[in-house]
Amino acid sequence: MGLVQWATSPWGQDVPIHIAWGLIYVAAVAGLLFLIVHAIYVRYFAKAEEYQGGGASPQIAASVPERVARHSLAARLFHWIMAAAMLALLITAFLPRVGVQFPWVTYHWIAGAVLTVSIIYHIIHASFWLDFWSIWPDKADVDDASRRIKRFMGQDAPPPRRFAKYPLENKLYHGVIVLTGLAVIVTGVFMMFRVRTVFFPRNPYLFGDMTWGLMYVLHGLAGVGLIALVMVHIYFAVRPEKFVLTKSMVFGSLPKEYYLEHHDPERWAVEASSGSSKGAKASA
Amino acid sequence: MAVMRDVMPAFDLLQPTSVADAQKLLEQHGRDAWVMAGGLDSFDWLKDRIKKPKVVVDLSGIDELRGVRSSSDGGVEIGAMTTLTEVVNNPIIKQKFGLLSQGAELAASPQIRNQGTIGGNVSQDARCHYYRAGWPCYRAGGNICYADTPTGRNREHAILDADRCVAVNPSDSAPALIALDAKFVLRTPKGERVVDAEDYFIGPDIDIMRLNILRPGDLLTAIRIPSTFAGAQFYFEKVRDRNVWDFALMNVASAMVLSGGNIDRVRIAVNGAAARPLRLKAVEDAVRGKPRNASTGESGGKLAVEGAVPLQFNAYKIPLMRNLVKRAIAGVEVATWA
Repeated sequence: MGLVQWATSPWGQDVPIHIAWGLIYVAAVAGLLFLIVHAIYVRYFAKAEEYQGGGASPQIAASVPERVARHSLAARLFHWIMAAAMLALLITAFLPRVGVQFPWVTYHWIAGAVLTVSIIYHIIHASFWLDFWSIWPDKADVDDASRRIKRFMGQDAPPPRRFAKYPLENKLYHGVIVLTGLAVIVTGVFMMFRVRTVFFPRNPYLFGDMTWGLMYVLHGLAGVGLIALVMVHIYFAVRPEKFVLTKSMVFGSLPKEYYLEHHDPERWAVEASSGSSKGAKASA
Repeated sequence: MAVMRDVMPAFDLLQPTSVADAQKLLEQHGRDAWVMAGGLDSFDWLKDRIKKPKVVVDLSGIDELRGVRSSSDGGVEIGAMTTLTEVVNNPIIKQKFGLLSQGAELAASPQIRNQGTIGGNVSQDARCHYYRAGWPCYRAGGNICYADTPTGRNREHAILDADRCVAVNPSDSAPALIALDAKFVLRTPKGERVVDAEDYFIGPDIDIMRLNILRPGDLLTAIRIPSTFAGAQFYFEKVRDRNVWDFALMNVASAMVLSGGNIDRVRIAVNGAAARPLRLKAVEDAVRGKPRNASTGESGGKLAVEGAVPLQFNAYKIPLMRNLVKRAIAGVEVATWA
């Protein structure tokens, strides 16, 4: 099975038209395999997490509120709207391909429009109102990742530091989602010129056959990639040890104990407690 | 692109003699199998070397798929392999369901009707010239509709329910069968399935590569026409470029039962306006209970074309459809072209 399906254009040129639809199953199986392997690893082989140092000083610990704000309401709303749009896009894109037939195109571009608007909002919101760099890997993340790998391989290395606001795997996942998400959004917006929408008049001649074909292929590759990525994301969201983070995406905050155990107050400072147990202002 | 050749691509020809065998073969070969009824659609595809199936299942040797049988409820059951000529000439169909006789008689030429079957006529593929020429359009699995472009030739194409692909259904018997409330009998790997005629056809919004619900392994075995509209008032009209032999630019079929001059029961269907023959339920509801006259026909015609979106070269289809529906309701005597 090739990755791409080709056709001959009216002008005799071989052009890609879309991905090989078998990749849908490849992505689903790859995602499933990851879940199984990870679940087995955690159940039978993983060691307890160790961090460098003894954690926050009693003075700092005392100043941390009982609930540590992690996601603002605006950030949570964005996340769930984006998630709903993403799921709608995956369902409308791939269910018809596996035999569940319904009028999917209109739902698909509407969900795509919602995703596009939400992502634009997120970029602006994250750039000007949140700590933009908190989600991108920094040097400390790379050092700690190196320590973890060395310790996993049995080599001598100090334990990694506690995390900043987001663990490295969150940051890497975010980075991959940014790439795939932007790929489907940019190609998807252009592909809307091929169907009738309320946004702009159809113009199938906007690009040549080869460019259109590559655009469909990129859209498809990013789309099937998202099948595996979303499976992995949902898997981690429901894992018991990560569920506290999922709840923070619903309610906005983390328990103080979790914060002190896994996060470094110097790398992720939260506002000191003012007597309220409802939580402090999110720093990002 | 398409070049008519004398030699078809090689395939295995399978000639079952029973429906059970045919269905088993279709199930066995799945997507590799091509179902051939009268061969009039099939040979175009095969000789142009655009469709290259590994296996062709020829249904011509299955006697149980042929013939017209009266059913106990006063209707008829027509085997899918019954030729259009047999349908046209059958006395029961002529007497009770003349609408189908009229529709079938206007299909193609006498020679084609002698060979073409009712099952093939309702199941034939789209006649869009870009698609038939083998261009990689949506319907062929590609990502563009060549007809729906600023310079595309789309005079024969859809004005309603287009979704990326703008090809139309070419069948003349389909709207008559929908108006007669026919049921299509399918043999599928899961057993027999009976569907309403209008549900047999699907548009590109549901599946852009098929005009009907038949999946690999499925077979249309018969068409049942209930007695619901036996002997009713019928109207069939087909508009085409050449009256001697051509596909419809548009056709309309109506079956109507009057009560005291008012329309008591009515079913209307149009083909050539969309990728599937359209049953005009909104029009039926609007004219039911009203007198059968020019005014009712006029309002029905206007309602029928609501939401129509013409392409570059087929705006004429909107007044055409409006007038055909008007005539299908009011009759030619009272309805004039407007």
